[in-house]
Amino acid sequence: MYRYTDYDRHFVRARAAQFRDQLQRHLAGTLPEDDFRPLRLQNGWYVERHAPMLRVAVPYGELSSRQLRTLARIAREFDLQDAGLASERGGFGHFSTRQNVQFNWIPLARAADVMDLLAQVDMHGIQTSGNCIRNITSDALAGIAPDEQVDPRPFCELLRQWSTLHPEFAFLPRKFKIAVSGAREDRAATAWHDIGLRLRRNDAGKVGFAVSVGGGMGRTPVIATPVNDFVPWQQILVFIEAVVRVYNLYGRRDNLYKARIKILVKAEGQRFIDAVDREFAALLADPATMPIPESELVRLQRCFTPPPHPATAPAATAAEPLPAYQRWVDRNVHAHRWPGYRAVTLSLKRAGLPPGDVTADQMEGAAALADRFSSGELRVTHEQNLLLPWVPEHQLRALWLAARENGFATPNIGLLTDMIACPGGDLCALANARSIPVAAAITERFADLDELQDIGDIDLHISGCINSCGHHHSGHIGILGVDKDGSEWYQVTLAGADGSALSGPATPGKALGPSFAAEEVADVIEAVIATYLRERHSGESFIEAARRLGPLPFRQVADAVRRSTALIP
Amino acid sequence: MNPNPLVDFLAPGMALPAGTLVLDNTADVMADAEEIHRHAAVALCFPRWTDGRAYSQGVLLRGRLRYAGTVIATGDVLADMLPLLRRCGFDAVQLRADQRLETAQRALGFFDSHYQVAPGDRRPALDHVPAVVGSAAP
Repeated sequence: MYRYTDYDRHFVRARAAQFRDQLQRHLAGTLPEDDFRPLRLQNGWYVERHAPMLRVAVPYGELSSRQLRTLARIAREFDLQDAGLASERGGFGHFSTRQNVQFNWIPLARAADVMDLLAQVDMHGIQTSGNCIRNITSDALAGIAPDEQVDPRPFCELLRQWSTLHPEFAFLPRKFKIAVSGAREDRAATAWHDIGLRLRRNDAGKVGFAVSVGGGMGRTPVIATPVNDFVPWQQILVFIEAVVRVYNLYGRRDNLYKARIKILVKAEGQRFIDAVDREFAALLADPATMPIPESELVRLQRCFTPPPHPATAPAATAAEPLPAYQRWVDRNVHAHRWPGYRAVTLSLKRAGLPPGDVTADQMEGAAALADRFSSGELRVTHEQNLLLPWVPEHQLRALWLAARENGFATPNIGLLTDMIACPGGDLCALANARSIPVAAAITERFADLDELQDIGDIDLHISGCINSCGHHHSGHIGILGVDKDGSEWYQVTLAGADGSALSGPATPGKALGPSFAAEEVADVIEAVIATYLRERHSGESFIEAARRLGPLPFRQVADAVRRSTALIP
Repeated sequence: MNPNPLVDFLAPGMALPAGTLVLDNTADVMADAEEIHRHAAVALCFPRWTDGRAYSQGVLLRGRLRYAGTVIATGDVLADMLPLLRRCGFDAVQLRADQRLETAQRALGFFDSHYQVAPGDRRPALDHVPAVVGSAAP
């Protein structure tokens, strides 16, 4: 993985010092809240339901064991409070769909100390919130996927550097998210991003990017529009500069809900693309414009050399594999591009803990597994799990035993209980409804591994509000918390897609009638799944069946489980 | 006396220097090029400090039009905006009335270099900067 240079390190420490100055002025009363808010947001500090929330950037999901140990220390020493329910005492982190990690209970007065601690391990909260270019996300299998055409990580790192404190683009109309994928399979949901980048080789063997612009969730889900099918890699930052400049100058600022670039792209259509092309051409024609030099790419590529080839495996043991081990291998172990290695997902979807949550002890446990089995490296996945990218094949069994001890070995990757969920109304001030109890009820309902396996691959996504942090729009089944008259309701959507091969082209799901009461949701999911199991053709996945059958049969069974909502005229 | 030679601080609430062209932040600076070049100073506006359109206008003025006059930031200008303003080509600011000059000057001192080469950056590009990226102008 990329290691910070002295320059990077110096820069992050300067940022921590700048934030400390701003925080001190705020605490001293000379920087009012209205002026401090955008500054703290661009350092990852929200003010949430109970306390500030800190979002720490994990650039394109790559994390070292040393960094994870520092995150554990922050959870243990800073993310805590003495009062409240057991679930309100803090001491844990939450991995998000954007490969970042969040803490919920750090007092603002200790914020600058936490930033200093993070800076010691080359971490920060730069641009993890605010109306700026956010942390770059990518494929969790970047650099190791067998179907990869070009390793996206050197380009992600270039984008990280280019976007970090870019002076022109710090106050855009709204937040701006860029995802990069270099494989045939899109594991980064690129079509749902403000800019989606797909690395490819053209017919002449040259490397470039297919660029799409204007995807996004929220209350107006939009799939990104392809705007250029091949931007040579040397020019990609120039092209992105053109896109973001057009957005900065012409994006709407009069209405928060119409400020994302997706609205500009939809409203202007071809005129937007023409404006970007003109700006791109003007930049290229300027002798001062510097394409990325080959030497810079080579330097960055060298930062991502794989660890040395693993020691050869000992002779295979004759023992029959245990069914439980085999199940884990089938679900949580992934093919690898480099011989002798496997990638292994540590499932953060297990009974008793919200999806993506890890306690301080579990972070220490995952760091120890990374050191022992994965050259000290981990990845945070879009699906809110941790992944060990460099596991020698012959150590899989030992890893399985160790992962089980840490509670990371639930063999459910890709299955119904491997759901995406935002923190929801338990923690988030924006949420209309809680996500965690809904996720828990479904996890409890579908505890049987054989049943989960029979249901097969399925994306269940839960958001506590229309901001869509839980990506409900792209779930094969989506659950959205809505607020009506001060109580929690849930809209269920069907047949959304993130753009992966399993899901088909990216598309938002369609609502399954009026929203449901909280206590009805698990029943609805059970009824929908039962309908799929009854109606499916041989080998047909849930999403295929949902598309073939259409919403009607699912809506009928969902309506049949209404209890409290049946009484509403 | 201005202790920071890179940025002039204009007194809040006072009239802008005579001959300053004031542009709204929706103005198309490319279309106004001729008019701009006839003026020794251009003022770009921040109606709210979080409205970042004038940063792009500043970059276009310096980078695309090679405008060599003074570029002034006016309106809701906070001390904390100084590093961004300077790096987008602004060389004069009229701070919001409640802002402290010393805070603005301190705000310029936290970073000694950046990943981007910005058109407002008058220092030579630093050779230890790891990536030379995006567009830049002298």
